[in-house]
Amino acid sequence: MNAKKKKLIYNSVTFGIVILAFVLCNVFYKDMSRSLRGQLIPITCWIVMAVSLNLVVGISGELSLGHAGFMSIGAFSGIVASGWLLNGFQVENETLRLVIAIVVGGVMAGIFGVLIGIPVLRLRGDYLAIVTLAFGEIIRNVLNCVYASVDGQKLVLGFINPNLPGKLLLNGPNGAVSVGKIATFTAGFVLIILSLIVVLNLVNSRTGRAIMATRDNRIAAESVGINVTKYKMIAFVTAAVLAGMAGALYGLNYSTLIPGKFKFDQSINVLVFVVLGGIGNTLGAIISATVLTMLPELLREFADYRMLVYAVVLILVMIFTNNPTVRAIAESIFAPVKKLFQGKKNAATQGAQGGVGK
Amino acid sequence: MIFLSNLVNGISLGSIYAIIALGYTMVYGIAKMLNFAHGDVIMVGAYIAFCALQYWNLPPVLALIVAMLVCTALGITIEGLAYRPLRQAASLAVLITAIGMSYLLQNLALLIWGPNPKSFPATTMMALPTFSLFGGKLNISGVTLVAILANIVIMLVLTTFISRTKVGKAMRCVSEDRGAAELMGINVNRTISTTFAIGSALAAVAGILLCSAYPTLMPTTGSMPGIKAFTAAVFGGIGSIPGAMIGGILLGVIEILGKAYISTELGDAIVFAVLIIVLLFRPTGLLGKPIREKV
Repeated sequence: MNAKKKKLIYNSVTFGIVILAFVLCNVFYKDMSRSLRGQLIPITCWIVMAVSLNLVVGISGELSLGHAGFMSIGAFSGIVASGWLLNGFQVENETLRLVIAIVVGGVMAGIFGVLIGIPVLRLRGDYLAIVTLAFGEIIRNVLNCVYASVDGQKLVLGFINPNLPGKLLLNGPNGAVSVGKIATFTAGFVLIILSLIVVLNLVNSRTGRAIMATRDNRIAAESVGINVTKYKMIAFVTAAVLAGMAGALYGLNYSTLIPGKFKFDQSINVLVFVVLGGIGNTLGAIISATVLTMLPELLREFADYRMLVYAVVLILVMIFTNNPTVRAIAESIFAPVKKLFQGKKNAATQGAQGGVGK
Repeated sequence: MIFLSNLVNGISLGSIYAIIALGYTMVYGIAKMLNFAHGDVIMVGAYIAFCALQYWNLPPVLALIVAMLVCTALGITIEGLAYRPLRQAASLAVLITAIGMSYLLQNLALLIWGPNPKSFPATTMMALPTFSLFGGKLNISGVTLVAILANIVIMLVLTTFISRTKVGKAMRCVSEDRGAAELMGINVNRTISTTFAIGSALAAVAGILLCSAYPTLMPTTGSMPGIKAFTAAVFGGIGSIPGAMIGGILLGVIEILGKAYISTELGDAIVFAVLIIVLLFRPTGLLGKPIREKV
């Protein structure tokens, strides 16, 4: 009962913070600087990326280094879908196009998630990590060779061959050209809420418990009849679909987009969001994705040093949170403060219990 | 004849990958961590050699030695400052630290040497003639041969070192069972430091060879060869020294032949696809030990 209550509180706080942040952003939209406004939609995309990768790394316990690959599949299939609708079928309604693009992006990434998941999830540990990395690089490399255009109502796809009839949508290594910037902040918000509903419900379900059981002890989980591959697959594909949706939104936020944008570094960045937010902690992933995406903008004054600062912060945070000696020192410093709070808390809970008792 | 020339070039590139992969595989075998900063140590090594040749006017041999010394010191420092405090931590925390270290090195290089690509004085570094065989039909550049020779020499010396010396024995012990090695009086920290020192010195050699063959030097020069070499190490079975050599050479040959005969654009994709196929049939690489599961 208590655990259930805790989960309920955690989930409500997560949703509450996201909704509050959305409302605040809309209220203070006018006061924001231009660069910060431009960051809003990317931030929502990176939050969805972090939440979805958290499902793979935190909940299912597999290290994936190719998450940006799914994002790029979503981005480019979303862009093609949107461009096809506009140029082939004259669909002018931007919201409709955006929704369809996001759905297409999610479905395509999901299909690739299944195709990639089948070989990848047979491997373990570091071998699995390197293969996801390899798939991420393959996706980027192949996308560099894909050309697409709309000829009348037909969608023409070309591989390595750049001479296509009609209006060009994808231009190989030069990426997507003349993309309509139709992404909206509200769509990003809806996507975050959607991903939270999916992930939090999944984690608290029978399926989620099975996934966590395979993470904690594969052999024990297998011996009580849990189909390990199936549950790992569910987590992996769900994450891929969410990443594809985030990718579609991300792609439609820029007027041009090249496949080189989704390099190995981007996968690593999302992993950093997840690890700094606390592995397996969805709220933490959301917060760290927001703060770390904004950080380079905020450090704009130190333009030359900002990535340096970022790197040093990353290393220091890891040492401070993981080294037993440093942790002991930090705890001894914070112990009096903690005691103060705990004392108050105890008094408060005792008071509350007293109330119930009466 | 073109095939032969491609093959030699592939073996040469593969030799460079193999030397880098040794650094990954040794560190993985002994410290059980993926050292993502290794690729950037290569870049630092190449920059130091560049400075030694261009600004300090040192002879090539001294430039090599200076680069190796600086990289060795760098490797030991990185290990001591960033990785040693995390010896007991979860592997993901160590991985993120290594990634942070990689960013740090890249951005330091960016601050020191600037973002513009530097042209590595390859001809000063290796003033070697091009060898012509079969009446000029097959031309092999000096750098190509040096890379292959360097790889063979390094491999022989390293294998002897690991199997014959006391330090090498300590390394094998630590990689087998760290706790038991400590109980037997082996200084685990010093052994790991030595491993980093050797790996980083080799990275300097690889950096110089790489930039002699492809003379564009940027702060991000090391990252792609780093990832490829890491792939090579996994390909051969991570933790295994002969595996790194075989994996590196095979990867280089596949890359060059794939680019020549299948598609230039898809060269990297072919390399990674081969890796995936190999791992599907041998989940721990070509020469890797099978993972034993205990209940």
